[in-house]
Amino acid sequence: MPDVPVYEPVIGLEIHVQLSTRTKMFCGCELSFGEPPNTRTCPVCLGLPGALPVANAKAIHYGLTIGLALGSELAPRSIFHRKNYFYPDLPKGYQISQYDEPLCLGGQLAEVRIHRVHLEEDAAKLIHVGESGRIHASDASIVDFNRGGTPLAEIVTEPDLRSAERAGEWLRLLRTTMRALGVSDVNMEEGSLRCDANISLRPAGSQELGTKTELKNMNSFRFIERGIRAEIARQEKLLRAGERVVQETLHYDPDSGRITSLRSKEQAHDYRYFPEPDLVPVAVEQEMIDAAREAMPELPAARAERYEREGLKAEVARLVAFRAELHESFENERATSKPGLSPDELRALANVIVNEWMPRVDSQAGRPSAGQPLIPVLPGSILTVSGLLTRDEISIGAARQALDVLVVEGGDVRAIIEREGLAAAGDGDELAAIVTAALAANADAAEKIRAGNAKAIGPIVGYVMRETKGRADGGAVTRLVHEQLGV
Amino acid sequence: MSATDPTQLSAAAAARAIAAGELSAAELHDAYLARARADELNCFTWLPDWSPGLAAGSLAAGGSAADAPVVEGLAAGGGQTDGRQAGGPPADGPLAGVPVAVKDLFCTEGVPSQSGSKILQGYLPPYTATAVSRLTEAGATLLGKTNQDEFAMGSSNENSAYGPVLNPWDRARVPGGSSGGSAAAVAAGLAPWALGTDTGGSIRQPAALCGIVGLKPTYGAVSRYGMIAFASSLDQAGPLTRDVTDAALMLRGLVGERDRRDATSLDFPGEIELPSAERLDGVRLGVPEELTGEGIERGVLDAFERALRTAESLGAAVESVRLPHAPHALSAYYIIAPAECSSNLARFDGVRYGLRAEGASDLLDMYTQTRHDGFGPEVKRRVMLGTYVLSSGYYDAYYGRAQRVRTKIVEDFRTAFEQVDLIVTPTAPTVAFELGEKSGDPLSMYLNDFCTVPMSLAGIPAISIPCGLAGAERDLGPGGEGLPVGLQLAGPAFSESRLLDAAHALERAFAFDGSAARA
Amino acid sequence: MIDREQVLHVAGLARLRLAEEEIEPMARELSAVLEHVEWIGELDLDDVLPTSHVIEISGRLRADEPEPCLPREVALAQAPAVRDEGFLVPAVRGSGSTNGQQA
Ligand SMILES: [Mg+2]
Ligand SMILES: [Zn+2]
Repeated sequence: MPDVPVYEPVIGLEIHVQLSTRTKMFCGCELSFGEPPNTRTCPVCLGLPGALPVANAKAIHYGLTIGLALGSELAPRSIFHRKNYFYPDLPKGYQISQYDEPLCLGGQLAEVRIHRVHLEEDAAKLIHVGESGRIHASDASIVDFNRGGTPLAEIVTEPDLRSAERAGEWLRLLRTTMRALGVSDVNMEEGSLRCDANISLRPAGSQELGTKTELKNMNSFRFIERGIRAEIARQEKLLRAGERVVQETLHYDPDSGRITSLRSKEQAHDYRYFPEPDLVPVAVEQEMIDAAREAMPELPAARAERYEREGLKAEVARLVAFRAELHESFENERATSKPGLSPDELRALANVIVNEWMPRVDSQAGRPSAGQPLIPVLPGSILTVSGLLTRDEISIGAARQALDVLVVEGGDVRAIIEREGLAAAGDGDELAAIVTAALAANADAAEKIRAGNAKAIGPIVGYVMRETKGRADGGAVTRLVHEQLGV
Repeated sequence: MSATDPTQLSAAAAARAIAAGELSAAELHDAYLARARADELNCFTWLPDWSPGLAAGSLAAGGSAADAPVVEGLAAGGGQTDGRQAGGPPADGPLAGVPVAVKDLFCTEGVPSQSGSKILQGYLPPYTATAVSRLTEAGATLLGKTNQDEFAMGSSNENSAYGPVLNPWDRARVPGGSSGGSAAAVAAGLAPWALGTDTGGSIRQPAALCGIVGLKPTYGAVSRYGMIAFASSLDQAGPLTRDVTDAALMLRGLVGERDRRDATSLDFPGEIELPSAERLDGVRLGVPEELTGEGIERGVLDAFERALRTAESLGAAVESVRLPHAPHALSAYYIIAPAECSSNLARFDGVRYGLRAEGASDLLDMYTQTRHDGFGPEVKRRVMLGTYVLSSGYYDAYYGRAQRVRTKIVEDFRTAFEQVDLIVTPTAPTVAFELGEKSGDPLSMYLNDFCTVPMSLAGIPAISIPCGLAGAERDLGPGGEGLPVGLQLAGPAFSESRLLDAAHALERAFAFDGSAARA
Repeated sequence: MIDREQVLHVAGLARLRLAEEEIEPMARELSAVLEHVEWIGELDLDDVLPTSHVIEISGRLRADEPEPCLPREVALAQAPAVRDEGFLVPAVRGSGSTNGQQA
């Protein structure tokens, strides 16, 4: 190719995560979940004259939990700053945030380095209204302060992502991690996870960073990938035409696919940060770190490693570890076995959950990831089925029948197996007797087998299946035939 | 009805009389209310069933605070004193039945709290400041809200949207500021005592100019919750009283267990004892040369020198100390305070409360016009100054540097208190000046805070007590006797009890007579 | 020292309209005060740490326990303009935005 440069995208993300505390960041108002407007406010979060903020200990705890999970350095002392700007959703005329002394510094998740994690308060909600007859331009806005003051963790990455797709994947991993930590609902549609992307291009192989733009507020995973892709294409077009990328804040409109500038340069921000004099520094004591570490659940990557160590195949281990409904079911079922399970038993349990049980649950709910059947199932039911299978006490066909019924009726799978007569014919002795009878009834075939003709087993198996109405396990029958004939 | 006028009693004496059943709370409240209603000094911005308008020319009509509903309890006062006693504060609290005048900037539920500003005209808060509720829970009753410089920015009370306050010693002169209404009301006997706030001298300087006692406690000793903020890292509430014992009594009601609504508030170590000292034997008083030389008016320096001789006669050792960075305190203060105020006043945007300019075409227009109309000239100046020093490229040269000067000032005091027990200075460089005399020149007005600002930056307690009269530079007060001069005593953090004791001994010896202003 | 341009820039940041006749005095007064406060430039403060809190304390955190909120009518009672249970503000044109919330 004649010198058409190849550009490499360089992408960093800024993620705002609403923390799942009970109350707001700096006041005792409960967090709002769709309550009527302006019913979750107090003098502090309305920015009334004289009101003062006091930081929520749980929010600090969650911030530390996130820092630990991302391998950040937890600052022994951090402070809050005021970020000053005027907007109707910001009642005090400043946002209490963190600036040059954040709670957590550095860290890494997958291949992406974390720059910092800090805490701040969320803005209120603006509802744009128009006078009658006008649709496009809003003439006024209504402010609802219910959301104002909700605690946020802002996670800023280094520019380590190289494609829109990878950015989307990584954000999913971050979401899974946050959910596992229990620090946030991380729901993009509901706004508890919000993402901005800093995007620049550089000639492939170059180490220098190009001029970046900031793509704001993409509110679904799909839009994030599409938006980043569109911005990469826009910048590439500019650069190929010999034009320059201007540093600015952009908005991606998913409907039109258009990217528009949010702020013009003359309105460049000057936030006049200074240390918040109404708050004192946060000193992170060892007990706070210990508490966060103690509350830290097993994270997906560590869980996959553990499953592999316990005997699952790498592929299955990751599959189970990364999908919440799979590892929840897996852990719940294995916990019903007091003595614990052997690697063989664990493998069987994982296989039944992944290949048989969860697809039935999903198709019942009409969508994947439901995780739970509509009617509760007695814990240990899936382990019962996988145990019967490993001990050849049920045929795979019968097991599937049992699960088909179980997902609809719920309850105890043992009762279903008994009622439907699905147990492998014979828990040993019963089946052996039927096999003896079959051998007696098909003496010719028995003779052929003894002579080494394995295929002659057909009529014998057919006899047993007739007698057991198909409940016998083929493998078990073959084994008993060989046993009784001494081959 | 008592044989004597109950308003002649100090707050402590009135509290004792009420507790002993010699005086009824209602009688005392009504007597003060009658005096307050007859006020000719413009001390009040709110009294029950009455509220003044804005200063001439600044308000067209409407929105009068007097129309607003008033919540019972706090606002209970004259005309319904029986009801107050039935449903009001406990009759057996240590301050039971003593009325208190409260600076306008304290939020009082259902009672106008305007911080001397047009932008908050008629504003009725839905909650009460902790400092006020501590006093009312101890039995004090709310007499009224007092005039002040707008958002506590000023040293003459000429910056109030509700008009200037006059000095009861000479009505052509200012009472000082920003707690000018509180100081003048106490000096004139319109209130037994008052609650004020001090950011760079706003309790001590008006106390000095009005011939009363004013105490700025250790930063953090009194909760700031519900105080409409000027400069958060400096603001501190405290008493303005007729005598040192009253100051101790009110302080005792204000401090104690820290307020969990104010992250910067502190548990007060120990109890505030009512002062009893009559001597100063063994007390080392340090005179900082940096605050007692150039810039202090002759008459004030003379009165200060006489006060030092009195202290020595009581057994004190007076010696010289150095506060090398004190001359820079004013500069640091006039960077830090405006910076914080520019941010603290950003909430006055016409959205949730207070004034909104009419007819704005869009949001930006509404903001800028509302703030133009609602803020007075001094507030505008400080908002501009503070915005400038925090703006991109200037932070390090101004705010960052001022915070380092603050560190040096804290160290200066620490060193000085290794040498002496208390530091003494004149409270203000001049006696009360004439209305309008300095209002054209912000810088000369700022120099009023020269002696009080270092203690504010260091967060240490300081008290001003009247130590005598002095002629103003150009003339004397009415009758030619002169105007009050304040003596400032400062001690290390939480040394309030020691400070009050020393002030008590000096007060006895000075035998300052403030009754002329109450006539 | 502070010119008209700077005054207008700072007034813009502070969302403060200045009448034409207020601009020049503001520039003059700010300049005078700044000239005075710049005196601290003389001090050698290289190794000095800044003080934002005079009393060295930390923590002061609040337990994550709910407290009663204001009734809506109380929250809205002092508002200059109210519509649909919220605070009514004029149209936003081209101003900034907050935390990823679009304008
Ligand atoms: Mg943020
Ligand atoms: Zn709140």
